[in-house]
Amino acid sequence: MQTNNRPVKEIAQEIFAENQAERILGWKRGEFFYDNSPAVFSAADELQEFVYDAFCGSNLSKFLVKEAAKEGRIAVLLKPCDRYSFNQLVKEHRIDKENVLPIEIDCDGMVDIDKVRALGIKGIKSISADGDQLTIETVYGQKNCSKEDVLLLKCQTCKDRTGGDRFALVREIEEMSSVERYEFWRSELSKCIRCNACRNVCPACTCEKCVFDNDKSGIANKANSDSFEESLYHMIRAFHVAGRCTDCGECSRVCPQGIPLHLINRKVIKDLNEFYGEYQAGADDSSVGPLTSYELDDVEPDIVMNRGGGR
Amino acid sequence: MSIEKKEFKPLIVAFCCNWCSYAGADLAGTSRLAYPAEIKIIRVPCSCRVNPMFVLRAFQRGADGVIIAGCHPGDCHYTSGNYFARRRMTMLFSMLDFFGIERERTRVDWVSAAEGVKFSTVMNDFSKKIHELGENRRLGDLRCKQTIDR
Amino acid sequence: MSSRIWSIDLEKADELFNALAAGQRLYLPIEQAGQVQFKEYDPADSKQKVRLDALNTVRSAKDLFFPQSENMAAFKREGKKIEIIDNRERVSPFAIFGVRACDARSFEILDRVFLSEPVDVSYADRRENGTVITLACNEPEETCFCEAFGIDAAEPGGDISAWIADGKIWWQPITARGEALTEALADVLTNAEPDDEKLVMQKKQIREIIAQLPLHELSLESFQPERLKEIFDSPKWQELSEACIGCGTCTFVCPTCQCYDIRDYDTGNGVQRYRCWDSCMYSDFVMMAHGNPRTSQVERFRQRFMHKLVYYPANNEGVYSCVGCGRCLAKCPSSMNIVKVAKAIGGEANV
Repeated sequence: MQTNNRPVKEIAQEIFAENQAERILGWKRGEFFYDNSPAVFSAADELQEFVYDAFCGSNLSKFLVKEAAKEGRIAVLLKPCDRYSFNQLVKEHRIDKENVLPIEIDCDGMVDIDKVRALGIKGIKSISADGDQLTIETVYGQKNCSKEDVLLLKCQTCKDRTGGDRFALVREIEEMSSVERYEFWRSELSKCIRCNACRNVCPACTCEKCVFDNDKSGIANKANSDSFEESLYHMIRAFHVAGRCTDCGECSRVCPQGIPLHLINRKVIKDLNEFYGEYQAGADDSSVGPLTSYELDDVEPDIVMNRGGGR
Repeated sequence: MSIEKKEFKPLIVAFCCNWCSYAGADLAGTSRLAYPAEIKIIRVPCSCRVNPMFVLRAFQRGADGVIIAGCHPGDCHYTSGNYFARRRMTMLFSMLDFFGIERERTRVDWVSAAEGVKFSTVMNDFSKKIHELGENRRLGDLRCKQTIDR
Repeated sequence: MSSRIWSIDLEKADELFNALAAGQRLYLPIEQAGQVQFKEYDPADSKQKVRLDALNTVRSAKDLFFPQSENMAAFKREGKKIEIIDNRERVSPFAIFGVRACDARSFEILDRVFLSEPVDVSYADRRENGTVITLACNEPEETCFCEAFGIDAAEPGGDISAWIADGKIWWQPITARGEALTEALADVLTNAEPDDEKLVMQKKQIREIIAQLPLHELSLESFQPERLKEIFDSPKWQELSEACIGCGTCTFVCPTCQCYDIRDYDTGNGVQRYRCWDSCMYSDFVMMAHGNPRTSQVERFRQRFMHKLVYYPANNEGVYSCVGCGRCLAKCPSSMNIVKVAKAIGGEANV
């Protein structure tokens, strides 16, 4: 993939050649062709393993909390959607902006390998793209699928392209009856294995010590020992990132159990937009968020009771 | 052998702001206005002290309803606390609703120190609602419920 | 191994499951909200989607023997008296069908830990009551590397081995417990030939596919206990661990991870003591009064792989604590996994 008609790798090489930064935060080629890992490169010869293709879905902004605190300037490759998380982290003083060289790179949609697998395509050996058509070589023969169908969830409603309606599913759930909603979330959340992947990958979750890890909080746990804890964990997490969540979709991408966690965050974003006006977290690095400000004539909490939606 | 059906005795937690609503409860008491004994008042310095976690943990420990009472908007002892609480609780209640928890189980009301009558009315009304809804089965911790002494 | 073998039409799988479920609780790979898990099969529930085609369940079969969270004791206080109530679960006999060869091997690895002195009572109880019915993998995937541990996906083992071939489920008891269970199913199973051409073909086909998989030549030769210090000090750990976000996904989907934490929960009117899985990737893993011995993510990251590939084999006649199921390869948020580590740290011997 290219940015301004230049391969991203070339940009990375130039950063080292011109001494613009001491390290580069990017992606490293994986064992297969689809399992690229985030990686820090500190010398030009390490860039041999550098990769930027349709399997670089991970958001690198969160890694900056750790990496930007180290000595020496670090360049970071940010896809357009990752930029929001970066801004938000700068706003919250979690990243020292002076120590970071953000490089914006183009992106034309990232592929979700789990979605490819969900199509029943097994034993994948390689994937090649021709426009929207993907040709997949597997040990069980050649398969085809459309890239549009296997895009990461966050790419299907891309903020920078006129994508689909990101609140469509949220609305659908709102229209369910209260019992149906309860059952929907029970069946999803009871899959939770409390691996904390959603929290640890989330660019908005940067507490030094999470309340769920703090034994003195009274709610710390390493497993969901009761169904209540499944709900509590995800409710509190969504609430804690409310107004700060940029809807980057990492939580749903990493969930090993495929829980649509982004729906909880989108519900919050939808409510915030409806109650307090349109707001996109991370659109800039200085504005005040909706839950750290107020208006004298805000809606009263009983709006929840009186508005539409299934009961 | 006949199994006696246990009468439902709800447990309601009321977070009351120290400056207005708690004083309102006092006034209700000194004015000999009745409000249900199943309402357990927890005094907080300001309605915005109520962390969403407080509400959820009340449910975990077996509460059937949670009400937050604070100063009227504009009257906050700390100028703006209740404005923040208003936004937070709106968002929390909406989220609980989204998870399929009955939306009538949570409530925010503004009760000043002079409103003993309102305090009593609000609490009686809320308690009536919880009686109608019955036991909170969707958001409780079984480990706590088994040992709870209502 | 018994040479007797039975079969039943795949279309009649329900009959087999119902017969199994009549005698004991039965766990099958069942779909729940899009993901396949081992769940209790309920013959009366027609909405259940049994997924024998799913290669790996998200959580491994170890859950049935070593659940993520289980009660140990409750404490109740009355005045100055504290009553201790043993509320450990005692299981009734159960069977689990559809365990893959890799998961079946994982039980042997867990046995070495939990059944050696002092024996873990809960685990032993479940092992004694559980009958493992394995299922050969007709469609192994690129993430599979069970071959590296000498596991043959075409001969999956367990108490009873099963295959799907030629529109039939083939059934071969291996242990005495498997024989006993098979006898109870005499009405639904029909006798078959152990060297039936179709079954032999299927096994051959599985082995052929495995030989084509990208990881089939993965070697762990260089992970020898004698090299412990050298591997421990490898400079590669630092860069490998940079991608790790410190979540517990790999440890919780792993069929051989065995660490647990014992915790107390204050119920408001007593204390519930329980144990739950722990993850070496967590910052409070093995937290002690003085603090934590591993203070950085690189140390925690290294611990997991050192345990699987060096410490465990050093204590268990060279048996690695990994079965090559590939779950961590598929599930890691950063795509950092044991294969990448083995190749990077193992050095040239693996290239």
